[in-house]
Amino acid sequence: MNFDLSDDQQQIKRTAHELLASRMPMERVRAAAEEGRDDTDLFRELVELGWPGIAVAEEHGGQGLGVVELAALLEELGYACAPTPFLGTVLAALAIEHAGSSEQRERWLPALASGESTGALGVLRDGVAELVPDAPGAAVLVLADVDAGTATLVEPSAVPLEETRSIDPTRRYGRVEPGADAGEPLEGDVAGALDRAAVAVAAELVGISQRALDMTIAYIKDRKQFGVPVGAFQAVQHKAAQMLRDTESARSATYFAAWAADADPDRLAMAAAMAKAVASDAGRAVTGEAIQLHGGIGFTWEADVHWLFKRAQLDAPLLGGGATHRARVARLAAEARAAKV
Amino acid sequence: MDLTFTESETAFRDELREWLAANPPGHEPTRDAESYAWRRDWQRRLHEGGWAGVHWPREYGGRGATLMETAIFFEELGHARAPLPANALGLLLGGPTLMTWGTDAQKERYLPPILSADEIWCQGFSEPEAGSDLAALKTRAVKDGDEWVVTGQKVWTSGAQYSKWCMLVARTDAEAAKHKGLTYFLLDMEQDAVQVRPLVQITGEAEFNELFIEEARIPDDNVVGGVGNGWKVALTTLMNERAGLAQFLQVRLRQLLDDLFDEAAANGALDDPRIADKLADLHIRTEVLRLMAWRGLTAIQRYGQPGPEGSLTKWLWSETNQMLTQVAADVIGPRALTAGEPWAYELLRARGNSIEGGTTEILKNIVAERVLSLPRLR
Repeated sequence: MNFDLSDDQQQIKRTAHELLASRMPMERVRAAAEEGRDDTDLFRELVELGWPGIAVAEEHGGQGLGVVELAALLEELGYACAPTPFLGTVLAALAIEHAGSSEQRERWLPALASGESTGALGVLRDGVAELVPDAPGAAVLVLADVDAGTATLVEPSAVPLEETRSIDPTRRYGRVEPGADAGEPLEGDVAGALDRAAVAVAAELVGISQRALDMTIAYIKDRKQFGVPVGAFQAVQHKAAQMLRDTESARSATYFAAWAADADPDRLAMAAAMAKAVASDAGRAVTGEAIQLHGGIGFTWEADVHWLFKRAQLDAPLLGGGATHRARVARLAAEARAAKV
Repeated sequence: MDLTFTESETAFRDELREWLAANPPGHEPTRDAESYAWRRDWQRRLHEGGWAGVHWPREYGGRGATLMETAIFFEELGHARAPLPANALGLLLGGPTLMTWGTDAQKERYLPPILSADEIWCQGFSEPEAGSDLAALKTRAVKDGDEWVVTGQKVWTSGAQYSKWCMLVARTDAEAAKHKGLTYFLLDMEQDAVQVRPLVQITGEAEFNELFIEEARIPDDNVVGGVGNGWKVALTTLMNERAGLAQFLQVRLRQLLDDLFDEAAANGALDDPRIADKLADLHIRTEVLRLMAWRGLTAIQRYGQPGPEGSLTKWLWSETNQMLTQVAADVIGPRALTAGEPWAYELLRARGNSIEGGTTEILKNIVAERVLSLPRLR
């Protein structure tokens, strides 16, 4: 029993953290966000490092590592609030890898793993996928009908896709209305693929929460009122403690789910539902409190906490939010109980 | 990252499971002196089987279990619905404190009867005016020849009526700074100068006591860790208090939740999406608590001290147990509010969780100051 990243995994995470800290200060996030574009220079660098293919099998040009390693990278990319099409690309790759045919994998995974192409994963509701992250510019889209447990692979050139502006300008979003017969179905383990995708989004939320917490702690140590740092007041301290608890809860559940994806797939459905539920709620709560504890400045465009709040708002409902996944947890827990009794 | 047990951890668990299957704890009598005697007997059985001081080093008669094995022990004890041994305070707090601070003579004299439950221990820290602010305690000890004469009052002393020894912190130097003038003693409870008065709590039972100490005598040999060093020694005790129990409490929570799921499935409450949402939330919190407890142990193994999650588990546990027993009132209905029913007891007892062993407010302060390094106002 060892609930800690291995030395190699820690090395990956630390390297990612340091690289992003030097390349992606908040000014660069802001610059991209205000112009409504991705930071293509950063993405090119990530591609050169092989990041998009980290969890793609080696036979398809990836690094052949697992969801744990992918989660470590996504946590750091969330921490940096990096404006790149990384998330959409790895979500599409996870879906194709775990639910695609060998032909579909051979067709798409090498391009996604090498960063030659980007991808996106959207959730269909009444025939429309709204706010699909990283859809603009994607070469391949996976559109999932979560309730039906089906997913379709479509090429954007063949379906109507328009870029939509969400409240989160650090990422580009699209609206897709594929029509009834568009694309080809993914016939493998769609549920398992979507669970892995949910864990990936949860990992990004953990990073977003951690950044919001770190920025807040730095601010409340520095900002003085009544002659003392506001972080000395218990009303402020207790909110900060709650932010830590929420972040650590999300981290525990997310890395457990990532581990289950790689090592104990029988536990993945429950673990992924728990992780996404906790991380979605934590992301919302922690980034919201970050604005609150920054006081008036936190509500201004000039302060940077709002980028994190906005990213968390879009990630939280992606592939199902807290309530959706708690409904799954209740069902799975009751089934497990019934099987035991 | 490897969330499976190692071969030796699995072997430890299997051996324990086998022993528990052959030595079922049975059913606890309703809560009173009978239940206490039963828990004392349970500890004797554990001791005979070599399972009482599982985390104690072998040189002190323990099993020398690793941190992980100790956690497994508490988890399995929970799964078997076994109670904590009667002398839990001696095993978890008193023994380890003596191992750190005691003289060889003290270890030899006191450790064996802790294991066998022949001598029960209680903890005399809190006072009416010194709760969260423990160093404000007023109980005085004055040197008289080779003895100390102790006068004062203690409160929240669980098991005092059954105890032989009390871990007592008293002020030995009124002139010294608040934290400096304290000394840690072992007080013999079997003397007339120590009066135990049961403190009836909101459940109607008396788990805790008040101690009235009027010129009680303590031999100088019963000072632990040196005169004036009481604060440091007491902190050792308190650190052990928060470290040992997480797994047991987590499993206890899991059992209550399993029972609640069964109730909700049987009476149809689970079909109500509002109830299902709450039960799922409780399920997730309980799992997060389990994961955080394991993460905390991993951090101790790897870095020698708990990570940030260590300070969070007790806070999360008490809040979750209170939520759980409150949801039970909705799921189960009148039976959960009927005097004498187990769920009614749990509902009332849970209110103490966020106070005993460090209030939630103090725990948040600790998280803010020691984990987040926020400045102190005072």
